[in-house]
Amino acid sequence: MDTVKLTINGIEVEAPAGSTIIQAANLAGIKIPSLCYLKDLNEIGACRICMVEVKGAKGLVASCVYPVNEGMEVWTNTQKVRDARKMTLELLLSNHRMECLTCRRSGTCELQDLAHDFGIDKVRFQTEKMEPQIEDSALHLVRDNSKCVLCRRCVAACAAQGVGVIGCNERGFQTEIGSPFGRGLVETACISCGQCIVNCPTGALTERDDTGKVWEALADETKHVVIATAPSVRAGLGECFGMPIGTNVEGKMVAAMRRMGFDGVFDVDTAADFTIIEEGTELLERIKNGGVLPLITSCSPGWIRYAEQYYPDFLPNISSCKSPQGMFGGLMKTYYAEKMGIDPKDMVVVSVMPCTAKKYEIKRPDMQGAPGYQDIDISITTRELGEMIKRSGLNFTALPDEAFDPIFGIASGAADIFGASGGVMEAALRTVSAILAGEENAPLEFHEVRGLESVKEATYELPGKTVRVAVVSGTKNAGALLDAVRAGEKEYDFIEVMCCPGGCINGGGQPYVPAEIKNFVDYRSLRAKALYDEDAGKELRKSHHNPIVQEVYAEYLGEWGGEKAHHILHTTYQAQPKYRL
Amino acid sequence: MPNTKTVVPYSGTPEQEAQLKAVIAEYKDVPGGTMPVMQQAQEIFGYLPEEVQIMIAEGMGIPLEEVYGISTFYSLYNLNPKGQYKITVCLGTACYVKGYQAILDKIVARLGCPVGSISKDGKYSVDATRCVGACGLAPVMMVNDDVYGRMTPDQVDDVLAKYK
Repeated sequence: MDTVKLTINGIEVEAPAGSTIIQAANLAGIKIPSLCYLKDLNEIGACRICMVEVKGAKGLVASCVYPVNEGMEVWTNTQKVRDARKMTLELLLSNHRMECLTCRRSGTCELQDLAHDFGIDKVRFQTEKMEPQIEDSALHLVRDNSKCVLCRRCVAACAAQGVGVIGCNERGFQTEIGSPFGRGLVETACISCGQCIVNCPTGALTERDDTGKVWEALADETKHVVIATAPSVRAGLGECFGMPIGTNVEGKMVAAMRRMGFDGVFDVDTAADFTIIEEGTELLERIKNGGVLPLITSCSPGWIRYAEQYYPDFLPNISSCKSPQGMFGGLMKTYYAEKMGIDPKDMVVVSVMPCTAKKYEIKRPDMQGAPGYQDIDISITTRELGEMIKRSGLNFTALPDEAFDPIFGIASGAADIFGASGGVMEAALRTVSAILAGEENAPLEFHEVRGLESVKEATYELPGKTVRVAVVSGTKNAGALLDAVRAGEKEYDFIEVMCCPGGCINGGGQPYVPAEIKNFVDYRSLRAKALYDEDAGKELRKSHHNPIVQEVYAEYLGEWGGEKAHHILHTTYQAQPKYRL
Repeated sequence: MPNTKTVVPYSGTPEQEAQLKAVIAEYKDVPGGTMPVMQQAQEIFGYLPEEVQIMIAEGMGIPLEEVYGISTFYSLYNLNPKGQYKITVCLGTACYVKGYQAILDKIVARLGCPVGSISKDGKYSVDATRCVGACGLAPVMMVNDDVYGRMTPDQVDDVLAKYK
């Protein structure tokens, strides 16, 4: 690789040619503060916080977009630089609704951190008093433009998903983030992925707060309240309590939820094992009976919403399986309710998800395993669970490690890895290959489908069938792959699609990772590793070996992919308009 | 806001839509082609309603929001058609100083349509415009090509009465 030599603050740095000053500075251990900059996503030099002095340059330059040159001399911490950054911050704050104490992002806000770091103790410039500007038409999100700094990180994240339903409208002081023709998000083809939320530096974008409903349910003595967590939650929740990225906090998380007073503390991973049974059966049936191929996974509601609005011609390809969340809720209100002798009307089923689209998914039609009862009553994000634990006065890091309630708390390693891109594919391949080739001949790990690349392909020779698979994450990448399939350029039998780039570990409901870390640390791999490590450390690594799965099919559901299973564990899709005139 | 959504139903013809398709085909692969397409679309339809912006977005393979963002950034683009009587009030420096705001407020109140939009019957559109070069007559309003100078709010009704 070509490199160039430069000095930053007098320190000699060798950086790859073509890199920017902020990247080179990071190599030298020098932090340059920034706000709008997101590596590979939003490199527009708009906020002017990352300004630095370059010898010979006319004025200060934006280090996030300014490329390094041989012999360049950079100063990142002169009085001139500090003054310029402070002035920029003061101007940003001049029309910001500064109500930090009552803001949900207090403590995780990047603007608040910058204001603190730069010692802004009063705001010299004040325009008219800002009033809240709330847009909350969608089920998953609340936007308040009075806290927006127009960094355009959300716009870039939305465009990178191939969605692009938000952007900058009007100009000058009137500029604001919004959707075409002033429409609410619910009237656009938004897919609810929440990538805008996790990339927002301030309190302008947050998920709809559903924690109040959970507290209310917990306080209601007539209700049997159960909670369950998705695979990725355990790999992210620790970050809410200052633990290192990639810490698996399953045990403490279970202990916390139990102490909060839930009547059942369960694992959505267990439902993920059911997903593999049903989806694997569906794949084998489609292969055997010449059904529609490629089969495409259905675990990610953001992806489902993307397909319904942008690629409706592929709906017959999508597995009719509900997501693990849906399967969990369906089984709770049928199998579990019967076993425990509880009327489903007296149950409140709460799911904790790394995902904001799940808030939308629970309200979808055909998500009622027990007719008349929504499978999941309340869906909260990893962040919301973190907030609830803090509010409960629990010292999270000091909690003991406890296990999920066994009635619905045993899961295979295959289910654990659902949270990482390629995990569902690998889990399905473990079971499908065991069925086709026999347990002894079936491999346990499928490394070809692991990792963060946006598209991964592999071919597996199984008795009687060559299975061509693809794994894709990020809906824009999924769209490009489907374009290739439609054009006949690519042929597959089975495709895993995850809506968020890298899979659920990077979901829109996961803890905020500040840009200064996100830009330089591979946080997605660290979170994924927590899941792969959990899988590797288990005896039980195939979904069909899960004793709960075996018991529920034997006692209650009957055949794999049978009529009762279809009734409780499957759903339907409907093409949706991209524009709502 | 100058770009509030139009109240007049879309009435584009198949001929106009075919014309737009031809323009899109010409610019589809040209870098930066969206703005000239929007400009020509406005010439074809007179303005850029949601229906036309969707055609542009789909044709150019870009999100609707990108088209809409451009259309609200540049004052060149109109989201509303112009009325049979196109009323403009000058907000150049002289008219500004001489109290154009009171004139404009009166017109908006009389016609019930905000600045930058059109009345429900499609008869009147109201715009604030840059200097029309009649500073000696400030404040100035125009109806189509007729100029009315040294306006006072009281005279607004008399002027409007001429255009029924």
